[in-house]
Amino acid sequence: MEGVLDLVVSILSATLRVATPLILAALAGLFAERAGVVDVGLEGKMLAGAFAAAATAAVTGSVWLGVGAAILAAGALALVHAVACVTLRGSQVVSGMAINVLAVGLTATLAMAWFRMGGQTPPLPQSARFPPLPLPGAAWIGEVPVLGRLLVSVVGGHTAPVYLAFALVPVVAFVLWRTRFGLRLRACGENPGAVDAAGISVAKLRYAGVLIAGVLCGVAGAAISTAQGAGFVTEMTAGRGFIALAALILGGWRPWPVLATCLAFGLLDAVAIRLQGVPVPGLGMAFPVQAVQALPYVLTVILLAGFVGRVTPPRAIGIPYVKER
Amino acid sequence: MLALGVSALVVLAAGQSPVAALRALAVGSFGSWDSVGYTLFYATDMIFAGLAVAIAFQCGLFNIGVEGQAAIGGLGLALVCLGLDAALPVALLLPLAILGGAAGGALWGAVPGWLQARRGSHIVITTIMFNFIAASLLVYLLVNVLIEPGQMAPETRRFTAALAPLSAFGLPGHAPVNLALILALLAAFGVWLAVWRTPWGYGLRVVGANPEAARYAGIDHGQRIIVAMAISGALAAGIAVNELLGAHQKLLLNFTGGAGFTGIAVALMGRNHPAGVLAAALLFGALAQGGAELAFEMPEVPRDLVLVVQGLVILFTGALGGLLRAPLARVLAFGR
Repeated sequence: MEGVLDLVVSILSATLRVATPLILAALAGLFAERAGVVDVGLEGKMLAGAFAAAATAAVTGSVWLGVGAAILAAGALALVHAVACVTLRGSQVVSGMAINVLAVGLTATLAMAWFRMGGQTPPLPQSARFPPLPLPGAAWIGEVPVLGRLLVSVVGGHTAPVYLAFALVPVVAFVLWRTRFGLRLRACGENPGAVDAAGISVAKLRYAGVLIAGVLCGVAGAAISTAQGAGFVTEMTAGRGFIALAALILGGWRPWPVLATCLAFGLLDAVAIRLQGVPVPGLGMAFPVQAVQALPYVLTVILLAGFVGRVTPPRAIGIPYVKER
Repeated sequence: MLALGVSALVVLAAGQSPVAALRALAVGSFGSWDSVGYTLFYATDMIFAGLAVAIAFQCGLFNIGVEGQAAIGGLGLALVCLGLDAALPVALLLPLAILGGAAGGALWGAVPGWLQARRGSHIVITTIMFNFIAASLLVYLLVNVLIEPGQMAPETRRFTAALAPLSAFGLPGHAPVNLALILALLAAFGVWLAVWRTPWGYGLRVVGANPEAARYAGIDHGQRIIVAMAISGALAAGIAVNELLGAHQKLLLNFTGGAGFTGIAVALMGRNHPAGVLAAALLFGALAQGGAELAFEMPEVPRDLVLVVQGLVILFTGALGGLLRAPLARVLAFGR
């Protein structure tokens, strides 16, 4: 009994940890794509954020300065994306892929040149990372048998970015669906002509969407290198940006379903790590961890193919807006 | 050129002299027979990848999945080699292996093509997903099924068949450039012939340029998309032919080395035309080889710098095309 509880607690706690950068990046994609700009560059922006955060935290010793640098770095890439997509009306997918390639090259080159450690930043001391925050009154709640243990070890004990990610979901839902700014932003993704006719600048709103996405990607990257990890390693985002994109699509471009999908992907990941090398009864072989890892991608393809359910993307997504004269 | 300029700034930011870096790049890529051979070897990958992206572009499709298609192509090629290399003579085995690779790549390209044409799922997203699915599949098979018994590294045993190295044709040195280069040149010519000199290819370009007009003209829009993606995938498998049959002679993880993504830059720079792709592939082959030499000469500048150049090329040619065009047009209009 005690063993099972230990396992459940550690898996659930890992789920929240793993899901955090996914949630932040998926919310970032939500802003950009709801405004009508395809964002396949989430991965690159996260990577730039991860490097900027780790490098700054390593030099200054302050994790908060690191987050600031991450936001600036990812924001700068987002600005490039916005200029290419909105002002110059270039191909949004090409620009996003360019940002991904650019981020891998730039982070590796600069990491090598500045720190000379084979493309890594120095390992961060505990003081330059996000510390785990215990639940207030943890000692007291922990006395309660099963529930208390779950509460203290699953909900409590995480780093600040984890709580930030979860707190942001209702905030984003409110901003996008209950404010004037959100309504206009979403209108840019559905029918930019109507926004323009109302005398509101489509370009400004799309810039806002893409730049907010950059800020969130920066925080996601900082979470990876200064909360989950302790320093930057080349290509450390390892496809999380694309998993976030998959979650965004599977969640139908809506915040709460996106959160649920991110948590499901996080759970899959946490379980897959646990099952590594565990033999499956009846199959006579080790558990194929790769199958679980590929599951988010397979599910996305199946959903997009319309075999199960249907998702409606924002209608004007990917189309540069040309103002009528 | 703009991309090179910005890259020079990056070298400066890394605290190195851009001029020295450029010289190391040039000497590293064309300075000796060996380096020319390596440049051509990498260029072979780039030709296949560039052609694969370019033919999809001609049909209006952005194929980001070249990386995955090359991986599955490598799998098909390796399965043929591992299964038949004891039974067949090399002269028969080689074409079969190449066909096996092409079939694998074509399958991995045709499925997203079919999903786009018949189910309306966006090709960019599906090909990204297919890259990851291919990678997971390859890791699983190499770690659990195809691994050489008794070995730790996730690789298959060596094939008995190999493409005769091109050095037998008068190129001195030990570079792995091989007959796949000839195959790549033939493929470039074949793509040009098929896309620009046949009615079918004309239809393909109409679908890419104006899908509405294509439908009105009675061109089977979906069929072109599926076939274009299948050809694209088969071309991507050429990377596997060059890397696996030409150099490694076994299937291993990540043998594509990102060539699939470089293909995007190659195709965009080559304006999606085979002749342009050949020129751009040579440039990127030189960058890949020169970048490796550069990393050797200046340890502070890793070969990832080449990725910066690549990313900038994609950005400037693909997305920021209007950056220079608008002011230039203004200047020209003013002069008139």
